[in-house]
Amino acid sequence: MSSLAKRKPPSLVMLSTVFVLFWLVVAAFPFLWTMWGSFKVEGDFFSRADWMNAITGPVTQRQHGSAFTLAGYEGAWIQQEFWRSVVNTAIVTLFVVIISLTLGTLGGYALARSGFKYTFWLLMAALVFRAMPHVTLVSGYLLPFFQLNIWGFLPTTIIVLVAINQPFTLWMLHSFFLSIPKDLDEAAMVDGCTRFQAFRLAIIPVMWPGVITTGLFSFLLAYNDFTVTSMLLTQENATMIPKINSFLGSTQEEGKVMYAVAAVVSAIVPLFALILFFQRQIVSGLTAGAVKG
Amino acid sequence: MPHKTFMAFIWPSLLAMILFIALPILSVGYQSLFIEHEQILIETETCGPFGCTAEVSVDSAAMADLRAEKPAGRYNGLGTYTNASHLAFDEITEIFATSDNFTEIRTRIMNLPFYKALIFTLAYTFIVTPLVIILGFIIALVVNSIPRFLKGPVIFFSLLPMIVTPLVGSLVLFWMIDSRGIIGAALQALFSDPSLSLKASPALTWVTLFVYGVWHSAPFAFVVFYAGLQTVPQDTLESAMVDGASRWERVRFVTIPYLMPLATFIALMQLMDNFRVFEPIIGFSAAASATSLSYLIYNDLRAAESPLFGSAAATSMLTIIGVIILLLPVLRRNWREFNRKT
Repeated sequence: MSSLAKRKPPSLVMLSTVFVLFWLVVAAFPFLWTMWGSFKVEGDFFSRADWMNAITGPVTQRQHGSAFTLAGYEGAWIQQEFWRSVVNTAIVTLFVVIISLTLGTLGGYALARSGFKYTFWLLMAALVFRAMPHVTLVSGYLLPFFQLNIWGFLPTTIIVLVAINQPFTLWMLHSFFLSIPKDLDEAAMVDGCTRFQAFRLAIIPVMWPGVITTGLFSFLLAYNDFTVTSMLLTQENATMIPKINSFLGSTQEEGKVMYAVAAVVSAIVPLFALILFFQRQIVSGLTAGAVKG
Repeated sequence: MPHKTFMAFIWPSLLAMILFIALPILSVGYQSLFIEHEQILIETETCGPFGCTAEVSVDSAAMADLRAEKPAGRYNGLGTYTNASHLAFDEITEIFATSDNFTEIRTRIMNLPFYKALIFTLAYTFIVTPLVIILGFIIALVVNSIPRFLKGPVIFFSLLPMIVTPLVGSLVLFWMIDSRGIIGAALQALFSDPSLSLKASPALTWVTLFVYGVWHSAPFAFVVFYAGLQTVPQDTLESAMVDGASRWERVRFVTIPYLMPLATFIALMQLMDNFRVFEPIIGFSAAASATSLSYLIYNDLRAAESPLFGSAAATSMLTIIGVIILLLPVLRRNWREFNRKT
């Protein structure tokens, strides 16, 4: 195709440039705005007088002597013990990712290599399970968990999140293993390996791209979860997102809302870093289901 | 793979799903047949200088015993399903019998909590999903045409609304649309109406939630379509061009048909995710004007004194039925495809 044929009329170029800029503002501006505002006091971030105050920060200057203040972060992290929730979130996400990947790899491999009809039914069941609103499942857990006295602990939540995550992990790894040629592990088995040895020696070395991508989504599920963690954990064991929600109840007091803003920004920053490093994997993960499913 | 090896590989995953997804559904079904114990009241008489007064109070010790003995509550059959806060058959019959016109029927039905939530959930699902697909497609088309070195950063920023936790994302927007926040103040200035508030009227709250939903999910559709656009066969596009198809006609007759399967995939994912809309309602503090099925369950479980397990379970069962109805066409299609393959 000649480059002349590909060339666009200037009006179209203008239009698409404007549209891209518009979309970038819509997508990114709220986060940048909130990040900037988290270093101000409430009087500036929620300014009655002039919205420019949130950028320049005259009230912050008056109260703290400079246009930026860490008061919100100090209140959230130290006074309200947000650091505790951060530690809890770290524990929960780490274990959820490790356990659900271990179970999911084994299960996904089995589903990809078995040709029997029940694999179809298992995958369909997984699809239905994936569509279940999490809160319906939580309403099933609460009473038994109270009875068994396992409500409120981190391990319970970790196992629940792993289970909720399984349908998705299975689908994703199943379609990934389908893309690894069967010959690879079958050749290993012809050479005298058992099925498990073939998995360990032939499949594990080549499965990391798919596992990393799936792991990212397991991480996001555990990190972003509100429904399960808010209903199954005690106040002391709360993870970040329920903790942020609990700040909101006490926002009537002057300045408290800035604690929530600071906590929200603290929860967003790791996700920024995640996209920065794993953008390619996230994109390929999102499309994996589409291309093969 | 023999059955035995298959089981050896899949049992941990299967066990987790049975224990924490299948059994809870059964547990929900069981709980939905029960309701809370009636309160055991005891009358105590306190006598003072001005005579005796009888006081009725809840016997908490006896209640605790009863709860320990029968944790699920007392048997109620399908009563919870048909009561006023769920399917409300009696109320519906009465509304249809006594209302004069359609508007009245509509307003009265919207006052029943279950129907209010159901209507919002369906509206959210079926308004947000198509908008997400359309917006995502447009963004993908446009981004595909910009210079290569800009694509990376654009995708980076585009992913943000989707990756960020729904509760956090909705809070960020909620603070901006506050009448003292930047968008809220800008809207007031734009319409020169200082009392304009997106939180005040139910209709505006619905619109806000829809906008949030589109904002949150459009990046997903964008990324999927964008990846699809890379694989559109160039030959077909070229031959369309040779045949004199305009830019728009090429999109209309080559690109869109080629991307149709992806649109189905996005629609499926979005239907599932939007049907359980829940966190935005909390983030936007919108429960007064918009509740969803998931929110009703959450609210029952969060009830002030003791969780209303029976009520929450009944709503859950109805939601699960809704999910299955939603998925039936997909399941049928998959079944046909699977049969064709084997």
